[in-house]
Amino acid sequence: MAKHKTPLLDELEKGPWPSFVSDIKREAESRAKNEKGVEYQIPVDVCDDLLGVLELSFTDGETHWKHGGIVGVFGYGGGVIGRYCDQPEMFPGVAHFHTVRVNQPSGLYYSTEFLNKLCDLWEFRGSGMTNMHGSTGDIVWLGTTTPQLEEIFYELTHNLDTDLGGSGSNLRTPACCLGMSRCEYSCIDAQDLCNDLTHEFQDFLHRPAFPYKFKFKMDGCPNGCVASIARSDLSFIGLWKDNIRINQEAVKAYIGGEIPPNGGAHAGRDWGKFDIQKEIINLCPTKCMWMEGDTLKINDKECNHCMHCINAMPRALRIGEDTGCAMLLGAKAPILDGAQMGTLVVPFIKCESPYTEIKDLIEKLFEFWMEEGKNRERVGETMKRIGLYKILQVLEVEVDARVVQEPRTNPYIFWKEEEVTGGWDRKIEDYRSRHKM
Amino acid sequence: MAFISSGYDPKQPMKDRITDIGPKDYKEFLPPVIKKNYGKWLYHEILEPGVLMHKAESGDEVYTVRVGSPRLMGVQTIREICEIADKHCGGHVRWTTRNNVEFMVDSKDKVAPLKEDLLSRKHTAGSYKFPIGGTGAGMTNIIHTQGWVHCHTAATDASGTVKAVMDDLFDEFTHMRLPAQLRVSMACCVNMCGAVHCSDIGFVGYHRKPPIIDHKILDQICEVPLAVAACPTAAIRPTKVDLPDGTKVNSVAIKNERCMFCGNCYTMCPALPLSDGQGGDGLIIMVGGKVSNRISNPKFSKVVVDFVPNEPPRWPTLVKKVRQIVDAYSKGAHKYERLGEWAERIGWERFFEVCDLEFTWHLIDDFRDPAYETWRQTTNFKF
Repeated sequence: MAKHKTPLLDELEKGPWPSFVSDIKREAESRAKNEKGVEYQIPVDVCDDLLGVLELSFTDGETHWKHGGIVGVFGYGGGVIGRYCDQPEMFPGVAHFHTVRVNQPSGLYYSTEFLNKLCDLWEFRGSGMTNMHGSTGDIVWLGTTTPQLEEIFYELTHNLDTDLGGSGSNLRTPACCLGMSRCEYSCIDAQDLCNDLTHEFQDFLHRPAFPYKFKFKMDGCPNGCVASIARSDLSFIGLWKDNIRINQEAVKAYIGGEIPPNGGAHAGRDWGKFDIQKEIINLCPTKCMWMEGDTLKINDKECNHCMHCINAMPRALRIGEDTGCAMLLGAKAPILDGAQMGTLVVPFIKCESPYTEIKDLIEKLFEFWMEEGKNRERVGETMKRIGLYKILQVLEVEVDARVVQEPRTNPYIFWKEEEVTGGWDRKIEDYRSRHKM
Repeated sequence: MAFISSGYDPKQPMKDRITDIGPKDYKEFLPPVIKKNYGKWLYHEILEPGVLMHKAESGDEVYTVRVGSPRLMGVQTIREICEIADKHCGGHVRWTTRNNVEFMVDSKDKVAPLKEDLLSRKHTAGSYKFPIGGTGAGMTNIIHTQGWVHCHTAATDASGTVKAVMDDLFDEFTHMRLPAQLRVSMACCVNMCGAVHCSDIGFVGYHRKPPIIDHKILDQICEVPLAVAACPTAAIRPTKVDLPDGTKVNSVAIKNERCMFCGNCYTMCPALPLSDGQGGDGLIIMVGGKVSNRISNPKFSKVVVDFVPNEPPRWPTLVKKVRQIVDAYSKGAHKYERLGEWAERIGWERFFEVCDLEFTWHLIDDFRDPAYETWRQTTNFKF
């Protein structure tokens, strides 16, 4: 028997899409029955009260969660977000309902053995409700009480060999696409880079030292499945510099209709016979492809590696072999001064373990930003405030036309004195000797 | 319920303490066929909606069955996922960056029993637990935030709006009949956790009333200068206020007409709540963003519906407007064309017409310098 009546939420149990309401109810029922005899460390009816407070929000159209307080584990300045209900008398089970962020394994692969252990711990010491996964990538555990935090951390580190993720003005938990593990497009080992940088910069992840949050994300190719170009302060996107590898027999098979284009992605509608001229060559943004008889030609020097032809004919075309990544700085969502896309600061860098060159760049960036960034200013905003060129100087990277979309449209150049013949120190007497007042 | 210690001793927090060990090594979790062919994949095919086959140089094949999830899930559901993975997939499973779950098997004959098992599992109230789909030129899972289930700044619910929209667009998840992939995202306030600002379609919770000032407690729980500094439009200034009981307190005053309802002041000061269930809060709809570099550059989403009211539990106006946009896109776009590319090709003036959406003055950007870039400086427009 449900603790609270939830007529509005019950409407969301209808329809085909997996119902989160059914899922919370399932957890509530499981806790009430407790068939395995778990010694729950937080209220047994926590999920019932979660449904109750959510129903109240559905009724009055306002959230009932208060600002987080400062809670956490000893020595860390992140990983736990305090959360309290503003109707604790009505819903005592969720009066204290803190979030725990657990650092996810790169690429989000799991063994069931590990997942079951995570479930055991969270059922025992928390609400049992999770987000798989949070927007930044963490395993997010919704709802526990303050006395459980150190216990959870102890068990995570001692028994599960795993750590908390980031929150606040920290390095946030880095995230990547699945990379080379199961994708033929990946130009870099995104999982290894993600895992390596997470370990390398652990201190920043757990102890707030930055003006504001800082996110790393790694995309194996320009398709951008982890949205690094839009969502990370420092984005790594895999690229190749040499030629796309062509299998001409497979090209013929695509033209002949033996292989469906785009890996079969358009199979649900009759789009007509595959037309390589219309679907590949004419859509190429740099127009660097053409047919010579039944042979596909690519002027690779003009290719901007947009991925369209490779996506559309994956059996005929493969990424090149001289691979690395581009680095883009400063993406963020609109708060406060509008959204920013990552800006290209390093067009190409080799991306191989132990990633020494990349780490050197990151250290220069962090040192600069911790010094120059204002409180609650994302690095992309710092970059906008002081200018791209200064960031490139900080990173000590070569200036290259690739870093701009187009050159400036105004002539207001801040020349440096040493760049100008004769310097800036001039005498008015000399000037007056040539020009009378 | 007796307190059970893990072994942690609060009197000696540093005793046996393990810190800074990072995440578990991902390599331990890779299924054998993935581990063996790591970095050696040749190509992939989508055999049917939700089923992928990746071919390795070695000749090995891995078959992936992708299912949707509500993201918000209890450990009972995760255990059920484990049970399925144990039964069919040698004890391995993965999640995608868009909150889908992927079950992988190493031969084709294992696909049909896995699919059958997944589709047979439903919640007692009727919804699928593991709907198969989310691949190719179709819609995949909606990225979303916490909403009223867990967030203090939410202007709407996340899981509820997503459930309502996904129910309506369910057939686009289980089919691949759109011109290109359709990436939909949801955020419960303008902080936009998730890439709503770069999605084909995004809907965002939104406040429309300035903060209510809790003069009585403001100075006790907030730093007035921080609250003042938090405002991007300088609408907040420090002031002194006489309370009804005669005491004089330090507080703030707000120039309401300058407020852009971003909620940054509330983030800095809990004495400045914005939430309003009496007609203030609702959603905006944004479209045309993308993160992929394919064919055209990544793009930001643009606001095309200035306000949709909060209508729990099923948000019918939101669902209807999203459906109008998806239908018009599906009908009008070329093969491979993303929603934003289609809108740019036909022109935004035509976009509003074919989607049957009203263009109002609220959709003309007036926020700082970048606004100018969005105004038209040409006679190249359509009637």
